[in-house]
Amino acid sequence: MSDNTNVTKTNQTTGVTQTGQTQNTPKMALTPAVDIAEGESGITLFADMPGVSKERLTIKVEGDNLTIEGQAQIDVPENIELLHSEVRSPYFRRSFTLSRDLDPAKIEATLKHGVLQMHIPKSEEARPKRIEVKVA
Amino acid sequence: MFRSFQATGSLFPELTRLQQQLEEMFQPAGVAGIRSLAYGAFPAVNVGSTPDSVEVIAFAPGIDPQEIEITVDRGLLSLSGERRSESSGQQGAKANTYAQERFTGKFRRVISLPEDADPAKVEAKFRDGILHVTVAKRESSKPRQITVS
Repeated sequence: MSDNTNVTKTNQTTGVTQTGQTQNTPKMALTPAVDIAEGESGITLFADMPGVSKERLTIKVEGDNLTIEGQAQIDVPENIELLHSEVRSPYFRRSFTLSRDLDPAKIEATLKHGVLQMHIPKSEEARPKRIEVKVA
Repeated sequence: MFRSFQATGSLFPELTRLQQQLEEMFQPAGVAGIRSLAYGAFPAVNVGSTPDSVEVIAFAPGIDPQEIEITVDRGLLSLSGERRSESSGQQGAKANTYAQERFTGKFRRVISLPEDADPAKVEAKFRDGILHVTVAKRESSKPRQITVS
């Protein structure tokens, strides 16, 4: 078993990198399926990124743009010949625009069993406030 | 709907995704072609073959490996289980859902193994949401080199 990512037919053209090599951005990326929900405290996002380990996941915030990128690593024998393939690229990428209400500095992210969970809190000013009414 | 959290970036992946969703929506039930798998089935499966084994790679993120049931019966490898929704109930009753694309519910995928696969030698590994099933091939079917004496 080798530590490569050769599970897709397109690996030559997409520039899938093997362990130890420098990573260049492949042209073809899959759009991971996401669930997004907004609560009072902020936004929770779940993204399916199977095969992506913590080391191979990048979360970038540039201005109001949030990008998640990851590369799946699948251990397959080197001499594998694909008979059927539904996942054609081991590379995931998706971008989102963050509203001004959100505080990108306080993003929390966890990765478990190939699912990325992110919580993006709302900034203090944007949270719903309850105003106490004083009885005079 | 997507005011505070918008998908951006390249337009084409978004269009492809939209097209896939429309195809799923309008595909008549039961008519899925000779391969009998609807697009977007969960988990997505890649099948490869080496001289020694058949490799089945199922992309099953967010599933507890203990809850995946793998059976081999008369040359059919079956993967089944259930993926529960993680997102519901986390934000409380006031949550607004902006996107719900991830699969939830029960799933079952059946893969027909080649004749030379040995159902007695099946190994399964799970890492980072990928289930990797290796089915060994029968000794008798492996390519052999015969030396001329």
